[in-house]
Amino acid sequence: MPKKKTIRTIPQERTPMREQDPVQRVTNFAEVACGYRLEEMQIEAERCLMCPEQPCVDGCPVGIDIPGFIHRLTEKDYRGAYDVMTDTNLLPAICGRVCPQETQCEGVCTVGDTLEPVAIGRLERWVGDKAIAEGWVNIPYIEPGGFRIGIVGSGPAGMACAADMAKAGCDVTVFEAFHQPGGVLRYGIPDFRLPNEVIDAEIDNLRRLGVKFECNTLVGRLFTIEQMIEEMGYDAVFIGTGAGYPSMLGIPGDSLNGVLSANELLTRCNLMRAREFPSFDTPLPIGQRVAVIGAGNTAMDAMRVSLRLGAEKVYCIYRRSRTECPARIEEVHHAEEEGVEFHWLTNPVAVLDDGKGGVRGMRCVRMELGEPDDSGRRRPVPVAGSEHDFECDLVVFAIGTNANPIIGQTSKLKLNKRGYIEVDENLATSVAGVFAGGDIVTGAATVIEAMGAGRKAARSMKAWLGIRDIHLPYTARESSNRLFGIDLRERNFARVRAGATVQP
Amino acid sequence: MNSGQLSRYEIVAREDFSDVTYLLECYHPLMAKAARPGQFVIVMLNEHGERIPLTIADYDRERGTITLVIQAVGKTTREMQQACRVGTSLHAIVGPMGIPSHFDDVDKVVCVGGGLGVAPIFPHARAFKERGAYVIGIVGFRTRELIFWEDKFRSWCDEFIICTDDGSAGMRGMVTEGIRQAMEKHADIDEVVAIGPPIMMKACAEVTRPRGIKTIVSLNPLMVDGTGMCGGCRVKLGDQVRFACVDGPDFDGHQVDFEDLMMRLKRFAEEEKMAMERWSENCRMRDEIHLASDVELSTLSALKSGRIETG
Ligand SMILES: Cc1cc2nc3c(=O)[nH]c(=O)nc-3n(C[C@H](O)[C@H](O)[C@H](O)COP(=O)(O)OP(=O)(O)OC[C@H]3O[C@@H](n4cnc5c(N)ncnc54)[C@H](O)[C@@H]3O)c2cc1C
Ligand code: SF4
Ligand code: FES
Repeated sequence: MPKKKTIRTIPQERTPMREQDPVQRVTNFAEVACGYRLEEMQIEAERCLMCPEQPCVDGCPVGIDIPGFIHRLTEKDYRGAYDVMTDTNLLPAICGRVCPQETQCEGVCTVGDTLEPVAIGRLERWVGDKAIAEGWVNIPYIEPGGFRIGIVGSGPAGMACAADMAKAGCDVTVFEAFHQPGGVLRYGIPDFRLPNEVIDAEIDNLRRLGVKFECNTLVGRLFTIEQMIEEMGYDAVFIGTGAGYPSMLGIPGDSLNGVLSANELLTRCNLMRAREFPSFDTPLPIGQRVAVIGAGNTAMDAMRVSLRLGAEKVYCIYRRSRTECPARIEEVHHAEEEGVEFHWLTNPVAVLDDGKGGVRGMRCVRMELGEPDDSGRRRPVPVAGSEHDFECDLVVFAIGTNANPIIGQTSKLKLNKRGYIEVDENLATSVAGVFAGGDIVTGAATVIEAMGAGRKAARSMKAWLGIRDIHLPYTARESSNRLFGIDLRERNFARVRAGATVQP
Repeated sequence: MNSGQLSRYEIVAREDFSDVTYLLECYHPLMAKAARPGQFVIVMLNEHGERIPLTIADYDRERGTITLVIQAVGKTTREMQQACRVGTSLHAIVGPMGIPSHFDDVDKVVCVGGGLGVAPIFPHARAFKERGAYVIGIVGFRTRELIFWEDKFRSWCDEFIICTDDGSAGMRGMVTEGIRQAMEKHADIDEVVAIGPPIMMKACAEVTRPRGIKTIVSLNPLMVDGTGMCGGCRVKLGDQVRFACVDGPDFDGHQVDFEDLMMRLKRFAEEEKMAMERWSENCRMRDEIHLASDVELSTLSALKSGRIETG
């Protein structure tokens, strides 16, 4: 029995992660954060106290057994760590990079009460990257259970649901409107934060589980949700079409040619590879000075992409202060390092016309924080007489999104007042056999919450189809028998039968 | 046709109406089944290509095909004109996108098509006729040689007017002249549907505005995703903003801000010019290589898709 660690015996400093130098990295799209080396990972893993009450697990939206996987890491059982991880989270290489850990697991980590919290996200990423490097994907044979499942949208919600249903022996097809799968992970989050190879590797894992991807398929218009159930033979359908539909600025000049949504900028750059124009056909002129409105993850990505596309100055315009900024703290930090000029407590009032349909600059007003609003955050109010202009050639807005209307336009599914799909506590929609989750239910949220929703919907789907869900507690099992979160021993017994069992 | 052998997005027929206008019939049985008049698709020629919206000009549920009529105006459409031969396949076709047009409760309708809009107005005329409306078709061409589908239109229209800019066929003048003529003859027109270049649709809306005749136009802004996600296709209707790909493409012509639309269509004018020049240069070089050494077709296509650097 190793000696119990205490806050005084663990490494006091959080192990820093090596990063590309800011001056260098704004000239390329290579990943900014380089990941831990083996030794770095080991030191950081030693910082976990293995708390019996595990606050971090409660802080994780999908309840990853955090001390469990970290314990395997300290034991040098890397494969075991991966197996513990994938028991709850299928995409560790992705989540380790993009989850807002500071408000989730790391935000409640016991070590964080005294020192910097354990770098759970970085350890998670290490595990995910190790698995990709080692090719740990040997998927067990899964006996088909005969059910056909259709998944609409290939973002994190759709992927998570697809994986769970495939593991339950279902024949799963994911339909995606774009020509490549991945959702926001592909078209929104840039390569320097989440390389395409990582997404490809995770999608390959799904393919190996037997999941089929059908791209260029706009569900609702090519066929409807109802047709999937009634004519195409799907036993159940999951909708994870994301939020989409960017909110407009609603100020004078917002329709000028130099004004575009962050979604458009990012899609052109990431999915359509406008950064390689003219080798790729999609253009994306960026100008010298770019003003980005908003301070969420989308805004940060738009700013940092603009810098890499050659903008000399990038301004962030946000009406609240840095404390209220909704982006991952690491992204704000990186954007600052890269030279983004932040204008907190500043609100745009007009985009100024250059007389040729383009943008000449912006007019903004200074704000101050007043009384707290419904969200509990102090409401920003304009300071009288503080209007000021500055020059810029491109205005990018990232001020939130509304519900995508296509599924609503083409099905009988009940929507809520704001146009999002209405679901019950099991994520079942108003149409029998149809479930929904992710941003299209909650509005824009996070990757891990979308994944959590996909998994929850899968549980409900299995219950609805009468596939018995076998709960496999983490304790009392040998990690070497688990692959991709599946117990190998099961394959000749429970899982096979469970997949085929239909309750009367 | 042995449809079982066809590959995805394969081009099964092609027709050239002029040196800039060509028709592609593409194999996509599901799309052929789902498509309704007024909808469009987004197409990618190859992996490096842009996503460009094209109106579905027709569809054949039996053959499992959709028809696109394309004008070679920019780099992509010219490249397609060269690359898209029968038996080749497009990289991607997604759709049908947009809200289908409405055809019910109309007794007398004028269907107007000009330039690029001649082909896509055809399924409208046919759909109105099928629902028992009296259909007046008006199509505009620059000159006689460019006229196509005349018989097709005549067989579905109660009246059919061809307008040519130079008077070489039909009546001389713009399609708006045709609309005026129809309005004089018929006091009971319920609706005008106009598809074509923005400037033409704008003119049509102006002609009908004084009489208050409902005028539907089909807008063609630049698009990326076509699913309502990027806002690149936004159009102004009065003081409202709408996304043409999911809220349209049909809108009330009397409300559309055409100036805004035309300005936004010029958004990437410079980049397009640059891409065009680079591409023409590549073509020129390729022709030279071709002359010099009878190159194999495979090399040609590699050149075209940029797999081989031409320097
Ligand atoms: C730029 C950006 C950066 C972000 N950064 C972070 C971050 O760092 N950390 C974090 O946790 N979260 C981040 N988020 C939020 C996170 O990405 C989303 O909450 C998450 O991706 C939602 O997942 P989803 O599966 O619900 O939908 P999406 O990822 O939006 O996927 C939906 C998919 O469905 C497809 N689709 C839509 N309609 C149809 C249809 N009718 N038929 C077929 N397919 C359809 C879409 O093309 C898309 O591929 C970011 C979001 C953006 C835009
Ligand atoms: S709260 Fe922190 S120290 Fe405690 S188990 Fe979780 S990661 Fe380890
Ligand atoms: S094309 Fe992107 S929203 Fe319409």
